[in-house]
Amino acid sequence: MSDPTTAHGAGAPGHDDAAHGHGHDQPHVSNRTYVLIAVVLAVITAVEVMVFYIEALRPLLVPILLTLSASKFLLVVGFFMHLKYDSKLLRGLFAGPLAVAAAIILGMMALFGVFTA
Amino acid sequence: MSQNAVMDHHYTSTGIPHRKLLMWTFIGSECMLFGSLITGYLVYRGRSLVGPYPTDLLNIPFITVTTFVLLMSSLAMVLALSAVQRGSRGQARLWLAATAVLGLIFLGGQYYEFSHFVHEGLGLTRNMFSATFFLLTGTHGAHVAIGVIWLTSLLVQSFRGRLGPEKAEIVEVAGLYWHFVDVVWIVLFTVIYLLVEV
Repeated sequence: MSDPTTAHGAGAPGHDDAAHGHGHDQPHVSNRTYVLIAVVLAVITAVEVMVFYIEALRPLLVPILLTLSASKFLLVVGFFMHLKYDSKLLRGLFAGPLAVAAAIILGMMALFGVFTA
Repeated sequence: MSQNAVMDHHYTSTGIPHRKLLMWTFIGSECMLFGSLITGYLVYRGRSLVGPYPTDLLNIPFITVTTFVLLMSSLAMVLALSAVQRGSRGQARLWLAATAVLGLIFLGGQYYEFSHFVHEGLGLTRNMFSATFFLLTGTHGAHVAIGVIWLTSLLVQSFRGRLGPEKAEIVEVAGLYWHFVDVVWIVLFTVIYLLVEV
């Protein structure tokens, strides 16, 4: 059990780990990149809060904040969750339900008159 | 040993490991769960007949700090996975512990926020805001708590010498769960807190 080489070799006969996006072989993103992404996430969060307090930006608050929030969302999903580098099937498994959830949210908001209030 | 090793690296016919495929399927279902809870929050927003109202209570500076803590926990999680993949056990323990501690700090912040709200008269059934807010953020908090327990179990496995590079996949799957919890909070932070006056 403690022999990682043997364990690795026994695991996927006939499979190319890298091609299948296996966890052991995902050196696509370096630690330095991870730290950089985290800094960007922190900066975007700070910008979001600044925008919240700037009175002049009130009319554009919704589009600005949704854009910034979506940027953070994509950074975490793409880099920290490795979806940018992973199989299309996994992207579909995530994007499909996400799209349905978004459609339900918008549909229900429309039905409840949120957009016309 | 070889039996466990085979299980650790078992692939589905799609070429994707079982656990990873299962976790992404679960995350897809979680999108629907949180989508329904966010729907409930948004359609009843601004329909409370009695106070206290969200603008009276929500503390943006405080919640920004807890949001930052949760974002940094995602960084600690990817660094933990990277350390496990490299076989650096000391680093893996450090980053796994850091992730769990940051998760606990976030939960502490949520406990403080909930306590403050209740103290101000916002009980669970006080108005539409309280019902939908507590349900949505409480469900998210429960997910964070489960994540902290999961991370702690990985940390225990690491101290027992059972979290070498051959086990990186289980850390990766735990990481997917943790990052998803972070992603949900990114949405909630904007929808509940930053768009409170819209």
